[in-house]
Amino acid sequence: MTISIRSVGKTFGRYPALNSVSLEIADGELLALLGPSGSGKTTLLRVIAGLEFPDSGQVLYGEQDMTFAGAAQRRVGFVFQQYALFRHMTVAKNVAFGLDVRKGAAKPSKAEIASRVDELLRLVELGELGKRYPAQLSGGQRQRVALARALAVNPSVLLLDEPFGALDATVRKSLRKELRRIHDATGVTTIFVTHDQEEALELADRVAILNQGAIEQVGTPQEIHDNPVGAFVAGFVGESNRLEGEVRGGRFRLNDVEFAAPGIADGRAAAFVRPHELVLSPRGEGTFPLIANHIAPQGAVARIDGVTPGGLRLEAAFARQSVADIQPGAKLDLLVGRAYVFPQ
Amino acid sequence: MSRLRHPTEDPIWAKVLILVIVAAFLASVLILPMVTVFFEALRRGLPAALEAIGTEDARDAIKLTLITAAITVPFNVVFGICASWAVAKYEFPLKPFLITLIDLPFSVSPVVAGLIYVLVFGAQGWFGPWLIDHDIKIIFAIPGIVLATIFVTFPFVARELIPLMQEQGVDEEEAAVSMGASGLRTFWSVTAPNIRWGLLYGVLLCNARAMGEFGAVSVVSGHIRGLTNTMPLHVEILYNEYDFVGAFAVAALLCFLAVVTLVLKTLLEIAQPPSRPGRH
Amino acid sequence: MGVTLAILSLIVLIPLSAVALKASEQSWQEFFQAAFNERALTAYRLSFGAALIAAAINGVFGLLTAWALVRYQFPLKSLVNGIIDLPFALPTAVAGIALATLYAPNGWIGALLAPAGLKVAYTPLGVVVALTFIGLPFVVRTLEPVMRDLAADVEEAAASLGATRLDTILRVILPALAPAWMTGFALAFARAVGEYGSVIFIAGNMPYKSEIAPLLIIIELEQYDYAGAATIAVVMLSVSFLMLFVINAIQAWARRLAA
Repeated sequence: MTISIRSVGKTFGRYPALNSVSLEIADGELLALLGPSGSGKTTLLRVIAGLEFPDSGQVLYGEQDMTFAGAAQRRVGFVFQQYALFRHMTVAKNVAFGLDVRKGAAKPSKAEIASRVDELLRLVELGELGKRYPAQLSGGQRQRVALARALAVNPSVLLLDEPFGALDATVRKSLRKELRRIHDATGVTTIFVTHDQEEALELADRVAILNQGAIEQVGTPQEIHDNPVGAFVAGFVGESNRLEGEVRGGRFRLNDVEFAAPGIADGRAAAFVRPHELVLSPRGEGTFPLIANHIAPQGAVARIDGVTPGGLRLEAAFARQSVADIQPGAKLDLLVGRAYVFPQ
Repeated sequence: MSRLRHPTEDPIWAKVLILVIVAAFLASVLILPMVTVFFEALRRGLPAALEAIGTEDARDAIKLTLITAAITVPFNVVFGICASWAVAKYEFPLKPFLITLIDLPFSVSPVVAGLIYVLVFGAQGWFGPWLIDHDIKIIFAIPGIVLATIFVTFPFVARELIPLMQEQGVDEEEAAVSMGASGLRTFWSVTAPNIRWGLLYGVLLCNARAMGEFGAVSVVSGHIRGLTNTMPLHVEILYNEYDFVGAFAVAALLCFLAVVTLVLKTLLEIAQPPSRPGRH
Repeated sequence: MGVTLAILSLIVLIPLSAVALKASEQSWQEFFQAAFNERALTAYRLSFGAALIAAAINGVFGLLTAWALVRYQFPLKSLVNGIIDLPFALPTAVAGIALATLYAPNGWIGALLAPAGLKVAYTPLGVVVALTFIGLPFVVRTLEPVMRDLAADVEEAAASLGATRLDTILRVILPALAPAWMTGFALAFARAVGEYGSVIFIAGNMPYKSEIAPLLIIIELEQYDYAGAATIAVVMLSVSFLMLFVINAIQAWARRLAA
């Protein structure tokens, strides 16, 4: 099912949560809504689910206008941040709930429900735990139950609100892969909200970046990471050194650092330089010195915290062997390989 | 507008229906009875009501009620602190039994509470003959009234303090003691500030019950006017004598006390919101 | 701690055992005669029956009241909230005469019911009214915090799974409230069974008709039948202990479910 969000606006009291947001989600897509807290990403998800209603704009499921349809009419699968399991029901009853509350002809037979529940519990690898109560499960297992329960109704879209937020790091990683596997197995259009960029970039087909109730950029993880369209995305996604300086005649300058900024008008500008875009280079035109303060090996990479003679703090990352003999206090000559520069 | 109802919200018609039902129920069970008390008390005007409160018997009843509360409440404060301290800070084999004992008066009929003291201290009771020999009167006298009142108000303070003290644990006290504070000093500077709201809350409820207790006191008092008559008992006597204005005038005084209690209770809950279910 | 135990024994334990000892002074036959004669049986039936009905009434209306207090906004809400505790603060004798006057055939409410042939005061129905008054805050105050803690997301989950509001209430909200509801019901019942002050004024106190068990104890005391009074007290105490046990069991069950 494709989902179209058209110029959706929503305010809570005087606080604008969504500001004319438009977004198209393709059928079968896995999309991440990424943004800092308060960016409006959860509100957008709840508007799609019918748990909130927009003040303006439209929400379409396929061709159908669902803007003011209640949650119960939309056939969405919603996975809540705290799972929201029914704790007086067994795992199997939880999963069966969405089928069990159907009325009349739409309600499957007992046997059909039971086999669907079995199938889903196997899908989320909880085959034997159907008779347990939520209180008897671990956090990761509860998350899987919530997922199975949401999938039971054959949702037209699966919505997940910070699905891994309440889990510890190792469980989070494995469940991430799990969600991808389940998405690929079911093919259901999936939208999840996260504030964790690593999660969004690793898991999603496309990522929508939200900031202050507006979408800053939508694109594949690679596009988002490599071609940020604005200062917010450049600063929010991936690591970077943020430099606030000035552009004169197509060159950015701050302190002792200077590099080309083609096509940027003269004036104040913010530049973002990823640590790995600081390149070791023989002293020459465009190079500047960096005095290493701290060197941290990290796999094949060594990260160096340093400061320029002019007092600018920078973080750089190099292939480990290229800086094998560098000690704290050493002076490196660097060149800015690539920078994202945005006028301010 | 109904299309835009949030899924956790009830439809307007349901809200209105429930509010009307609740209003009708509360009016017929709680509010109208209270209005009745004041209405009946003032049926013949304020002077008549004041006169009823001012009779010698009524004044004696008020005095006895105040005396009873003045003994009961401090006793229960001291005992409540001791009991909750014992339960919260020590481990010992009979602890669940002790907690049950503290709770017990809540679930014992007040009449039974009165009866047990008659059986122990009454003329036919265990200590009856001995008490008569030594000319000590407990049943049909003030000591009996106080004892019965202590019994029924026993759990109020302890019940409030036990969870507070348990929550607080022993760490802070141990820290204070390890810094050289004496036992009493530790209590005043570390324990007391943490329990004061709960303590006040318990005292308030304890006092309300102590002044209002009827069943237990009725059994042990003997209804001797001017001697063993508390305010609630006086209400009963006047009512049974068809002196309704008098009965309701004294009742209105007790009702006023209840309202003050409720106001103070509300203020205390604002100062420290209740954290547990099932508060009595 | 020693002091605590000593005082508890002195004030609670020893007097309570006096009841049991007094009752055991009789032969089994006498005991059964005193405990389960026709008059006593009707009194138990009224005390327990009326307490049960009153607890059930409070179960329904207390639930609605707690729901309104937790979920709705309405004028004078804090006043209503405060007045719920009136039965805790108002002396029972005062409640008794007020209810008796209000529900008497010439009282404000009694006069409304009289044309329908409904007599409340001085009948078993009056006992139910008084016990409803006594028990109300137990149900409301036990339910309120649990209702407040009900997470909104659980209701939203039910709605998003296609449940109607009624389904959500019946299958999700009420089951979640069940342990607290049962606790409140049991507390209200336990309190109502032994209630005396608010009942005697409105009950009518006719032997074999509208006489409650605690009143029977008083009557036997007035006749200096101490053993008889103690016997009925033993029966009532047994029920109190049973109720304490039941309440603790419900709460243990609720804690397991919430873990």
